Amino acid sequence: MSNAAGPMIEMAAVSKWYSPQFQVLKDCTTSVAKGEVVVVCGPSGSGKSTLIKCVNALEPFQAGTIRVDGINLSDPGTDLPKLRARIGMVFQHFELFPHLRITENLCLAQEKVLGRSRDEAMAKGKALLDRVGLSEHAGKFPGQLSGGQQQRVAIARALAMDPIAMLFDEPTSALDPEMITEVLDVMVELAREGMTMMVVTHEMGFARKVAHRVIFMDRGEIIEDRNKEEFFGSPRSDRAQLFLSKILAH
Amino acid sequence: MNYNWNWGIFREPNPEGSGTYLDLLLMGLNWTLATAALAAVIALVFGATIGVIRTLPSRGLVLAGDAWVEFFRNIPLLVQLFLWYFVLPELLPKAAGMWLKTLPNASFWTGAIGVGLFMSSRVAEQVKAGIRSLPRGQAMAGTALGLTTAQTYRYVLLPMAFRIILPPLTSELLNTVKNTSVALTIGLMELTARTRAMQEYSFQVFEAFTAATLIYLVLNASLTFLMRRLERAVAVPGYVTGK
Repeated sequence: MSNAAGPMIEMAAVSKWYSPQFQVLKDCTTSVAKGEVVVVCGPSGSGKSTLIKCVNALEPFQAGTIRVDGINLSDPGTDLPKLRARIGMVFQHFELFPHLRITENLCLAQEKVLGRSRDEAMAKGKALLDRVGLSEHAGKFPGQLSGGQQQRVAIARALAMDPIAMLFDEPTSALDPEMITEVLDVMVELAREGMTMMVVTHEMGFARKVAHRVIFMDRGEIIEDRNKEEFFGSPRSDRAQLFLSKILAH
Repeated sequence: MNYNWNWGIFREPNPEGSGTYLDLLLMGLNWTLATAALAAVIALVFGATIGVIRTLPSRGLVLAGDAWVEFFRNIPLLVQLFLWYFVLPELLPKAAGMWLKTLPNASFWTGAIGVGLFMSSRVAEQVKAGIRSLPRGQAMAGTALGLTTAQTYRYVLLPMAFRIILPPLTSELLNTVKNTSVALTIGLMELTARTRAMQEYSFQVFEAFTAATLIYLVLNASLTFLMRRLERAVAVPGYVTGK
């Protein structure tokens, strides 16, 4: 039941506790419209990675609701594997499968989850590999590629599933500085093509360039959720101002 | 020491009428190989299953897996074999107990299954450790792609976990072979039992046990060699452990 006008991701009062004493997410409410790029930032331990992992139910949450393309994650009737297959996810540490060649990494879920034939999956995988500029590495294993190359493969692997939205969990945090650009370039291109994206990152340059909105989190709460121009122009909270002054200082 | 060395004893006929003394030992080796092979398969199948179960998010399953491991690894192998061989048939309904007692090659089946289950607890421990040693993100990546839990284990976690635990699994395979000798206590005429028989028939104790020692040594050295080749064959190019 896809709804053309409605938001792709809707979160309402999402709360999560690791233990009765420790609440990681407090009443988080926000949404991501179709084709919108939302950057989530905040100090470490603020819950931003946890929040984004709740969107495809990788992390359970105890209160609130999340809907993706109109489908309620907490509904017992929801086929979570099927829903997850439609949401691409890119991790901080790439998480390519080390024992599989690059092409096999790209084909595995296409074949096992979407039921595509090997030829079909291979054609799709090769096209995406070409798109991220790594065609000549098709036959290699992940351990034989640099971090930046692995992350581009990871993005291609997620795109091979024809996702309706992409989640990025600190995609450049584990990369050497000279490799960050090659990954961001791929993400900028994706954003410009109209992909719905939720990106946890500290790359404020990326946020300025392509984000529509910026969410600032601290201690499990969404402190600011505003248009990019407003956020960079005059963040209302002291906490966000302090955070920005620290990461934009150099 | 007044000992009459006779290395030619192996070519002399044994009093059982089943060929030479060497034939006697080789018959024992056959039972050792058969018992070890079946025990290794049982250890691997049950060990892998229990090891996986202990990493699942279900508390009940984890407890059941833990109970299995604690039961089979905390009781001496010798006591376990006695339990299966002498005690179990008495605890079963009369007909089932009778069937067990009259089973052809009962000591072989009991020995292989007993050693297999004992070793399964150790394999389970290693499979669990292998899975746990993988970055948490690996399972997440599989799940995020839409793979089911079973598919994530089959295609993502287990292929790497087994590669990582191959060296300790080799040790467990060797232990499985060596532990089959305990089955002589329930009457299995495997290599060690045959060696003792040879010593009793011929009084050539040093020759007999020298031969047994060499046979075990060559057998396990060959297994080690094969496992090393397997390790090299499945090594992942460019993969560095310790992430």
